[in-house]
Amino acid sequence: MARVFMKGTEAIAEAAVRTGCRFFAGYPITPQNEIPEYFSRRLPEVGGVFVQGESEVASVSMVYGAASGGTRSMTSSSSPGISLKSEGISYCAAARIPMVYVNVSRGGPGVGSIQPAQMDYLQATKASGNGGFRMRVFAPASVQEAVDMTYKAFDVADQYRRPVLILIDGVVGTMMEPVELPPMKSDEEVAAMKEAKKAWTLTGHKLDYAHRAWIQPGNWSTKVMQSDSEEDAALYKSWQKEAEAEEFMLDDAEVVLTGYGISARIGKSAVKILRAEGIKAGLIRAKTVYPFPYEAYDHINYKKVKGILDIEMSIPALFVEDVQVAVKDRAPISTCLCSGGNIMTREAVLTAARKIMEAK
Amino acid sequence: MELIYSRTKTIQEDKVSGFCPGCMHGTVMKLIGEVIDELGIIEKTACVLGIGCCGLQMDYMAYDNATAPHGRACAVATGLKRTNPDTLVFTYQGDGDLASIGLAETMSAANRGENITVIFINNGIYGMTGGQMAPTTLVGMKASTAPFGRNAKDHGYPMHMCEILNQLTAPAYLVRTSCNNPQNVMKTKNAIKKAFKNQLEGKGFSMVEIVTSCPTNWGLDPLKCLDYIEEKMLPEYPLGVIRDR
Amino acid sequence: METNLCVAGFGGQGVMTLGKFLADATCNSTDKNITFFPSYGAEQRGGTANCFVVISDDEIGAPLGDVMDDLIVLNGPSLKKFLPTLKKGGNLFINSSIVTDEITRTDIKVVKAPVTELALEMGNAKVLNVIMLGVYVGYTEVIDPAVVWATIEHKLASKAKLLPLNKAAFEKGLEIGRSQK
Repeated sequence: MARVFMKGTEAIAEAAVRTGCRFFAGYPITPQNEIPEYFSRRLPEVGGVFVQGESEVASVSMVYGAASGGTRSMTSSSSPGISLKSEGISYCAAARIPMVYVNVSRGGPGVGSIQPAQMDYLQATKASGNGGFRMRVFAPASVQEAVDMTYKAFDVADQYRRPVLILIDGVVGTMMEPVELPPMKSDEEVAAMKEAKKAWTLTGHKLDYAHRAWIQPGNWSTKVMQSDSEEDAALYKSWQKEAEAEEFMLDDAEVVLTGYGISARIGKSAVKILRAEGIKAGLIRAKTVYPFPYEAYDHINYKKVKGILDIEMSIPALFVEDVQVAVKDRAPISTCLCSGGNIMTREAVLTAARKIMEAK
Repeated sequence: MELIYSRTKTIQEDKVSGFCPGCMHGTVMKLIGEVIDELGIIEKTACVLGIGCCGLQMDYMAYDNATAPHGRACAVATGLKRTNPDTLVFTYQGDGDLASIGLAETMSAANRGENITVIFINNGIYGMTGGQMAPTTLVGMKASTAPFGRNAKDHGYPMHMCEILNQLTAPAYLVRTSCNNPQNVMKTKNAIKKAFKNQLEGKGFSMVEIVTSCPTNWGLDPLKCLDYIEEKMLPEYPLGVIRDR
Repeated sequence: METNLCVAGFGGQGVMTLGKFLADATCNSTDKNITFFPSYGAEQRGGTANCFVVISDDEIGAPLGDVMDDLIVLNGPSLKKFLPTLKKGGNLFINSSIVTDEITRTDIKVVKAPVTELALEMGNAKVLNVIMLGVYVGYTEVIDPAVVWATIEHKLASKAKLLPLNKAAFEKGLEIGRSQK
């Protein structure tokens, strides 16, 4: 298939359109503006709808409405805007509404910096809104992966009737790379996907209590709430087997670099340089950050490994908390961090990895 | 015997409402149900509910419904209507929902001229949370967060949503009615019907503001509430068609 | 084999377009990996702008390297900011119309082209980036010039009347680049 040269944000939007997304609502914030801009041009071409919402809060509610009507729908934002969207995300999770949203994350907290960062890890994986719900969270490290994961995310959202998050940073969002785009779903396929949801979507039903659509982001009955919560918990647990990670040169690794997104990608290139120097380095890159790929860390050869190096564009380190759970004290963990919109450098990673190997 | 009156089919047969005695939500529910029956649109109607007592209907109305986040009903309705233009989409919101936390969503949906219908219940108070001050609370009116009565110096003046939206170019129909006497109940029904028809004809944004009571939180019996509406609420919120295009 | 290029200048000098034309042309004509990464700031106009292009036979790690193989500077502040990142033996391309600083580093190759003046002589200051792209491609031969031109032609399809000017600008740059080898 022919390669096209695309920006991460635009490639995500195109992948969404190709997998049948026909509604997008969003609000401007750097560095994700190309997503709404792209949709505003592209959706009318395929009979879809773009709305620039009056706020992030309104935009996510529009998506909640469109998805409640059965249309594959999306919104996007960047860190402070994602905080605002947490209201609607929580409603979608509670009401079991499939939707996909993107966080092109920047430095924080507060308005922070508009430069790339990975400081929303805990928000993305632990508490994207009130009420203890969980979501599938994909963390692509290249434009191609962003495309493939977006395409898949809509299927996952529909399969489980839950929101799905694509978590990238400003580097993956704003960089351009060659990409092979997935096939465009036909109008018939898109219509069939909507039709398949008809039983529960807000499109009108027979005058008959049993058949009406009732989108409930909660329930008056504590009994129902408890059984819904139990169902949710079982679902979240079942997702663990779908955790994904890239494992690179782990078998004989004496130092294992780990992270997600752009940091881990830079880490992988560092592994190659270290290997060329004769240092046995390896890498675990989380491709999904919820569910977290705990199992990958069991593939480390703990008899050989001298240390684990957590690489993150966040100070304090956040991803490392899950790494600690995964490693279970079997090896020491150190960190290589940057923040404030500074982008991780390979040199910093190499220096940190060499230091682990120099320690006795 | 000839049947000359029956309950609207749009209210489930075996259900009872959760509204307080004397509450006018029940009256408005009945009117909406009758309009839907008369227009024959039950199989293509969806309601987006605001947070608060508005949501008590979810259990017993027969149409499709979703509960919006507090204040976001017009945004949810926007997403739903834009992607399902053949569905009749209306929001049902109280004054706190529509005029306070949801002011941006209400104004923006009206400004875009969304082809939706908004049923706005204005009783000057937050109901379900226990009688707190709303943007529509009258000056001097007591609320649980304005124990000495709303004072304009600290809390400003009642908001007139129909008049505010009338500053915008897009809205098609803005009307204020009440349910304090049989004539006004009939006018309310006609207004709802017209607002729904507007949507079916693609005319754009319609809002029916209905001045109602809250016997429980006003601390008045239902009959005294009718007097209060007539003597206090209606001078502040004059009834009538504010815009009809 | 991996080439790291940094292009830097004022906002409005076409820094991003230069980088994108090169990266896009490489994408269209080879099966190499390429990344284009723009630095972005809060200002819509003015300020400094820079982008990074990485072309590699292997998977690319960082879309902006720590050490540059090639550096194109279109204004003075960019020279000061990025010259330290240029590797020993690297290539420095300078817009000599406005960058008049003396280059004290002797471990690099310096290619000078007065692209602002040349662009003005051609009647449109905006083509200075296309001239510089020609200089870069002509000097480094990193990619077939015909492919780069085909990409520019494609990207400017909607502005057909600008094509002859851009063609002349690109040719001029190639000539300068080749002559300084």
